[in-house]
Amino acid sequence: MGIKKDYEDIPGTYVFDADAGRRGYQLNQFCISLRLQKNRDAFNADEEAYLDQYSMTAEQRQAVLDRDWNGMLALGGNIYYTSKLAANDGINFQGLAGIMTGMGQEKYRKMMLDGGRSPDGNRYQSEWDEKDKD
Amino acid sequence: MARITAGVGCSHVPAMGVAMDTGNTQDDYWKPCFAGFEKTREWMKNAKADVVFLVYNDHCTAFDASCIPTFALGCAAEFRPADEGWGPRPVPVVKNHQTMASHVAQSLILDEFDITIMNEMEVDHGLTVPLSVMFGEHGVDDEWPVQVIPLCVNVVQFPPPTGNRCYNLGKAIRRAVESFDEDLNVVIFGTGGMSHQLQYKRAGLINKEWDTDFLNRLTSDPVGLSKMPHVEYLREAGSEGVEMVMWHIMRGALDDDVTEVHRHYHIPASNTAVGHIILENNKD
Repeated sequence: MGIKKDYEDIPGTYVFDADAGRRGYQLNQFCISLRLQKNRDAFNADEEAYLDQYSMTAEQRQAVLDRDWNGMLALGGNIYYTSKLAANDGINFQGLAGIMTGMGQEKYRKMMLDGGRSPDGNRYQSEWDEKDKD
Repeated sequence: MARITAGVGCSHVPAMGVAMDTGNTQDDYWKPCFAGFEKTREWMKNAKADVVFLVYNDHCTAFDASCIPTFALGCAAEFRPADEGWGPRPVPVVKNHQTMASHVAQSLILDEFDITIMNEMEVDHGLTVPLSVMFGEHGVDDEWPVQVIPLCVNVVQFPPPTGNRCYNLGKAIRRAVESFDEDLNVVIFGTGGMSHQLQYKRAGLINKEWDTDFLNRLTSDPVGLSKMPHVEYLREAGSEGVEMVMWHIMRGALDDDVTEVHRHYHIPASNTAVGHIILENNKD
């Protein structure tokens, strides 16, 4: 019997739990390496060669090369790690949120200025499923 | 003896640090956010704190995924601002009260809180942004006006410690401080939050009603508040809103009865609702 994950019905959210941490370990270790300038330089000079140092899965590797930000999260990445790769690419947290939500940066920034995304209708996956049906 | 006289709750949004470092705090976007810290800086001066006990989290900067301590106490002499991927913040090196930190480490472990001792550690925006907003601009060659004992809490890999565990750790920190012989005035900061989600399709979640209730209950119902299950933070305050558990450490270190002397709440700072509160122990 495992631990009950009572947070899995929250829509549009990956909870970075210990299982995700296990799956994403190499991906996240790659991302955090970009904290240092010398590593950013090496990565930017030859992405494929740099990635060879990390034994991530083929899917994780491809998600990095494609800058598939949501894909990285699905494969065990965590936002505080993937944001290091984004920072390397000149994308800040708000820019990244614009991409991950599919809204684009301007629309996302305006939503935040208008008070952010309301929790109403965004608490349970069932609420999103209802919306999709409409 | 040393004593904890007040507690501060404060967001640690990295963009606020960037705004201060680039001199943009008075533009239209940031002005209302920073206005709420003007009274704070006056209060901070008058509080005459010798030491700030600063509860924060690292954002995958000093700690990579190879080692994830739930509670890590900074015991080094000093802590350098870390390069988080865009260069270190141009702020002073953080100086510890090292003898007090080692006393607190020993006291906590004997009090059955098995913390990790950090004899080398860099600090990221989670620690330096609260210092900046509370004490104002200080350049690299300057000094912070207080010594700082950092307590780093894992809130990145789920689950973080429970609110109840955090609240009780606050009580143990108080016992540790009060058993330190030197006559020192300690202010404790709990940082992080408020509601925010940085990732995936629900990014941008803000829950003003929930945040307001949280701020209210810090004074009116701290014990009840500390029992809140993790899933409520995740659902109501966003996946990164779970940082708020760290505020219970601050609250637990204070008297049962406190007076709220200042509150500031602002939306948005980048992706986040900024919350800030100052609680003083009721003097008898």
